[in-house]
Amino acid sequence: MILAGLGLQGYSATSAPKINGIAKIDTTQSLAPYFTPSTAKKKTPDAEGFIQRWLLLEPINKPNRGNTVFTDSYLRTAFTTGYFPNQFTVVPKDGEKVKVGEQELTWHALETANFNVKLFRFAYGLRKQTYGVLFWAVTIVNSPREMKNVRMAVGSNSGSMWWLNGKEAVLLSGDRRMVMDDCTSARLTLNKGQNIIRGAVINGPGMSDFCVRFLDEKGEPIKDITISCK
Amino acid sequence: MKLKIKIIGTIALFSVLSTGTVVAQVGKPFIHDPSTITECDGKYYTFGTGGGGLISEDGWTWNGGAVRPGGGAAPDVLKIGDRYLIAYGATGGGLAGGHNGRILTMWNKTLDPKSPDFKYSEAVIVASSDGTEDCDPIDPGLLLDPTDGRLWLSYGTYFGFIQLVELDPKTGKRVEGNKPKNIAIDCEATDLMYQDGWYYLLGTHGTCCDGPNSTYNIVVGRSRKVTGPYLDNMGRDMLKGGGKMVVAAGERLIGPGHFGRMIIGDGVQKMSCHYEADLDQSGRSVLGIRPLLWKNGWPVAGDNFKEGTYEIESERRGYALELTVDFVRMPGGMRFNRNNNEPVKPVPSQELADVVNTWPAGNIGVRIGDYMFRPHQKWAITAVPGAGGYPGGPYYKIVIAGTDRALAATAEAEVVTVPAFTGAPEQLWRIDQLTDGTYRIMPKVVPNSGEKLALVSSGDSTPTLAKFDMKSDNSKWNFKAH
Repeated sequence: MILAGLGLQGYSATSAPKINGIAKIDTTQSLAPYFTPSTAKKKTPDAEGFIQRWLLLEPINKPNRGNTVFTDSYLRTAFTTGYFPNQFTVVPKDGEKVKVGEQELTWHALETANFNVKLFRFAYGLRKQTYGVLFWAVTIVNSPREMKNVRMAVGSNSGSMWWLNGKEAVLLSGDRRMVMDDCTSARLTLNKGQNIIRGAVINGPGMSDFCVRFLDEKGEPIKDITISCK
Repeated sequence: MKLKIKIIGTIALFSVLSTGTVVAQVGKPFIHDPSTITECDGKYYTFGTGGGGLISEDGWTWNGGAVRPGGGAAPDVLKIGDRYLIAYGATGGGLAGGHNGRILTMWNKTLDPKSPDFKYSEAVIVASSDGTEDCDPIDPGLLLDPTDGRLWLSYGTYFGFIQLVELDPKTGKRVEGNKPKNIAIDCEATDLMYQDGWYYLLGTHGTCCDGPNSTYNIVVGRSRKVTGPYLDNMGRDMLKGGGKMVVAAGERLIGPGHFGRMIIGDGVQKMSCHYEADLDQSGRSVLGIRPLLWKNGWPVAGDNFKEGTYEIESERRGYALELTVDFVRMPGGMRFNRNNNEPVKPVPSQELADVVNTWPAGNIGVRIGDYMFRPHQKWAITAVPGAGGYPGGPYYKIVIAGTDRALAATAEAEVVTVPAFTGAPEQLWRIDQLTDGTYRIMPKVVPNSGEKLALVSSGDSTPTLAKFDMKSDNSKWNFKAH
């Protein structure tokens, strides 16, 4: 009976940082078709309000054979630990590098072709480790006016934490998969002008992924905002 | 895998004595990733991961003995015409580091390994991935579309997408030129079904294979077309993680996964699954069968019937099944216009001891009357160990609470109560929850008759045994514990 290793999220829990889970050598690894480089062109959320332009940091090595450790306490510790300077305030530039332990990691300003940001494919395309990882993401939401009583609606694989303008907005706890509108923040205010979203996503042997949009008081997606990386 | 069929009565008896309530299937129902339960020549079969599977003579007591070559995982079975199509995944999804899964299909004229016709055809690959694509083909689910006869296969796991391909129902092979369509994410163990103009995609979310900590649960989305999009009750695409809950943990059963549907008859549907951990059976993975209800176009698992003391209420008129005995009045008449300062005290209900000596000995008839929670209207319903069962439940005895006076079918196709339960087949009752949430109640046997009859209201106040008719409230009952 082949139960062992079977189907715990569908992966064998081999250790990071090897690129595992593939049967042939893929010489075509790249970010396409999942991501394209971000441009300076004006960009709104997509038709359903999902934010598609992000600064993503190559994954920090955070080995975990399984995701059962992702309790609220574990995640809080993981997401409030400092890995690199100015981690909670930086709005990095495309190509900027940081040092995390022995790793030298680069920020990439990207646009996702989908409603979601497939971090697994981000890592895979750059030939970085896909499992046992912690990703940081930053973006800027530009609002034409102050908007009150909005909620940040997030889905992620696996656990994640999100901040708006430096304040914690929502924690996605436990081991979970990315479902749109899975967790929402309390009612927040988007300032007129710039607003910074920051997120951290952690995973063991899973398909790292997230999606973010804002919902108004009626639960409708907010689309009259623009997204930029600077 | 050949296991001796154990003495069924002993196992069932042990099960009831040790737990008090029989909730999941009995026998040795140990299986992982069971296929849709399929009938063949009067027996029920389900195949599981690794090979082999379970066989049942009645759908309640299951033991090993089913035979399926090819190893691999999570098979599905579908009867097409006079033969059976079996699909299975060659891999376990990420096992040995690879995501290059393969789905295979093969045929057999019978599922009974003792039959001379038992012979699997050569398995053919119908779907696969090279390990780098956004899909890992495991966990096949089959659907023969009743509207146009086309055959569809869904497969996949958490690695990437759930995909849908079309097969040829005559050969079980992939239709030439057919390309996979992405239909969901975040799940595995998918299955497809059709009901009343909608196609339904079932998927298992959550974590598998973690014993009592498995969060496995089954969700559903629906579409007007088999190719999707499958949306949940919030209008959310299963491609974005949507899904409406069908069944989750409960009653000491954890981690339901791998949905299959059995249509027993008009208005009677069951769903099958495994539970990752049955806390009453050493926390092992066991076969589960539950009633399948339909609420506003959405399937949802009903609960297993719980033993207890009940009013048996007619859906026709809402009167209660009761003994044909004299009504015994409680003391005290109308009470209002009393002194409001008088303290309020509880009044005891009428007890069995207050009335039982007014009842005749011997058989007593049954009628349906105003419910007053009186002793002659309260029925204690308990599973009968060793009496077997049917898909989803054991046979029950239905007795007046506090006595051994048992409901029984008569040779005239009426109902009566006998003074003491003897275990005779006409005193054994099958209880099925119908798709609308009410219940069908059927005797195991109508004496001297081969007919399958159910408890039916022939008048507001008169019960009888007659053919079950899902379209009539006469055929339906509710169990109320009040």
